Amino acid sequence: MAKFNKKKSSELPAINTSALPDIVFMLLFFFMVATVMRENTLKVQNVLPYADQVEKLDKKDLVMYIYAGKPSSRYQQTMGTEARIQLNDNFADVSDIQRFIYAERETKREELIPFLTTALKVDNETNMGLVSDIKMELRKAEALKINYTTRTGEAAQNFE
Amino acid sequence: MARRSTPEVNAGSLADIAFLLLIFFLVTTTIETDSGISRKLPPMQDEEVEPPIIKEKNIFKVIVNRNNDLLVEDELMELSGLREAAIAFLDNGGGVGPEACTYCQGAGDPTSSDNPIKAVIMLVNDRQTEYGTYVAVQNELVGAYNELRNRSAQRLYAKSFSQMEADYDNINYTGNRERLKEQIEEIRDMWPQKLSEADPKN
Repeated sequence: MAKFNKKKSSELPAINTSALPDIVFMLLFFFMVATVMRENTLKVQNVLPYADQVEKLDKKDLVMYIYAGKPSSRYQQTMGTEARIQLNDNFADVSDIQRFIYAERETKREELIPFLTTALKVDNETNMGLVSDIKMELRKAEALKINYTTRTGEAAQNFE
Repeated sequence: MARRSTPEVNAGSLADIAFLLLIFFLVTTTIETDSGISRKLPPMQDEEVEPPIIKEKNIFKVIVNRNNDLLVEDELMELSGLREAAIAFLDNGGGVGPEACTYCQGAGDPTSSDNPIKAVIMLVNDRQTEYGTYVAVQNELVGAYNELRNRSAQRLYAKSFSQMEADYDNINYTGNRERLKEQIEEIRDMWPQKLSEADPKN
C-alpha cells in the first residue's frame, strides 16, 4: 500500500507569480503611451469655472490655447497682480494674439485651418474686460470658433 | 570536480521594479480631455451695415453688472431662475398668422416673443464682471436651448437631441447618417441659438 501513500504536503503550494511582471509591464506600457505631458508651463493662475452644458474638445491638434489669469505668485513680483494673457510659454499682450493665431495657422495643414478652435482657458476671477479684448482680437484674426474651457459641474459653484 | 551550471538570475524583484515604474506613470498621467462651452464669434462687420430692426418684444435682455448681479428684463434675478425664464421666453410662441409657432408649448403671451426663430437673447456684461459669472450665465442660456431642442427631438424622433449628436459623432453608429444629419439640422433650425453679445460697458 506504500505506493498509494504519497506524502501529502500539508502546506498550500506557492502560486506561480512569474507572469506578474508581464502583466505589470503591459499596464506600464499602456500608461506610458496614454500619458500626455503638459505642453505649456502655466505662468498664470488657472482655476477654470464650472459649467454643465459642455462639449468635449477632442482632436487636440486642432486646438489653440490661450490662457489668462493673474500671474502665479512666483511671477507677481515682476508682472504685478493684474490679470495677464499667456500664449505658449510666455506672458503676452492683447496685441500679440493676432500674431499668435497666424503663427499657429502656419504650422497646420491648409485644409485643416477652418476647423481650428481656440480654447480660452481663463481663470474664474478674471474680469470680462480682458476676455472681451481677447475675443475682439480673435474676431479680427477671423478665428471665430472658440471654446470656453470649463470644469464639469454645477454652474452655481462659480459663485462660491 | 562537480560541474557547475550558471546560477539562474533571481527575477523575483522584477515585478517590484515594474510596479515602481507603473505607479510613477499612474501618478503623473493626466488623461486630459478638455471640455467646455463652444461658441462662435460673429465676424467683423463693416460700419456702414445697418443693424436689422428687431421688435422689442423679441429681445430677451440679460445684463450682468459689475457686482455680478443678474438683471433679466430689468428685474433682479437669481441664476437658478434664469434657465426657466429663458425657456419661457423662447417657447412663448405669441405670434399670429405667418409668425405663429406650431411647436411651441409656452403661454402665448402677446408681449413676449413671437417665434423662437425671431427670438434673440441679448447678453450685456460689464468689463468688471467676473468671468466665472459670465460662464455660468452662458451655461444657463445654452442649457435653455438644449432643453428645448431635446424636447422637440424627443417628440419628433423619440430620441434626445444630445443623443442624436452623440450618435452622429459615433463612428460605430449603424443607422442612416444622412438622415440623422438632416434631422439634427431641422431641430437646429427650429431652435436657432440667437445669442447676441453687446460690447461690454464700463
